Amino acid sequence: MVPLSWYIVLSAVVFSIGVFGFITRRNLIIIFISVELMLNAVNISLVSFSHYLQSMRGQMLAFFVITVAAAEAAIGLAILISFYRHNPTIKSDEINLLKG
Amino acid sequence: MTTLQVCFSYFAGMIILLSVFVVTTKNPVHSILCMLVLFVHIAALYLFLNAEFLAAIQIIIYAGAILVLFLFVIMLLNLRREETERKFHKQWPVNIIIVGIFMIFIASILAKITVIPEPGRYSVSFIQSEGSLRTVGKVLYTEYLLPFEIASVILLIAIVGAVVLAKKKL
Repeated sequence: MVPLSWYIVLSAVVFSIGVFGFITRRNLIIIFISVELMLNAVNISLVSFSHYLQSMRGQMLAFFVITVAAAEAAIGLAILISFYRHNPTIKSDEINLLKG
Repeated sequence: MTTLQVCFSYFAGMIILLSVFVVTTKNPVHSILCMLVLFVHIAALYLFLNAEFLAAIQIIIYAGAILVLFLFVIMLLNLRREETERKFHKQWPVNIIIVGIFMIFIASILAKITVIPEPGRYSVSFIQSEGSLRTVGKVLYTEYLLPFEIASVILLIAIVGAVVLAKKKL
């Protein structure tokens, strides 16, 4: 039997790696992938809690997280493409239109 | 260590290794292919946790839909020029320190977590006798009917928004 804390620690580590990618990379596509990585880390912890508490709540929440992740990816990539038409770069530090 | 723990250690190690690859490789296509293998490993973890339907959904939605969407966007944007430049921000040493402190903090707190084993309705034997898909469907269409409808509205908004945003003249 695998203890619950192993799953939770795994989820925390993957989430931290996702945060690192989100705040450090310059490529906007990799930033989006880091967001997906963080959502997956949260899903791991939700499903493991659902298993160990013998309830379906965590699994249901994981379904809705997957739904929202799909919607977010579609909208985000559409924004990325429409941005790229006006301004052909996807480096996050070259997008500085709002800089004072 | 039992066999289950050895298997879990393999999957956990692969997941951590692959997620490091995902955020550090230079080429976005390689990053997405690492992500594909990562999703398969996460689906295997869901099988450990007695969530077969969620494992199937993980493969179908994430690997089949979202990653293909990312690959299409990379194909649409011509990124040859960007590959020669540096991939991290200038402040990356500070970021790695901050994220390291965050990781140690949160993992050391969460490692002490224990759950009082409370016999709920959906035990392993119940799900195995009823079937994972049937259990999920019963809960989803009775107890979680309103969130299910809201999720369908969210998906509709996503479809309309993606079409509107990707039009030539905004």
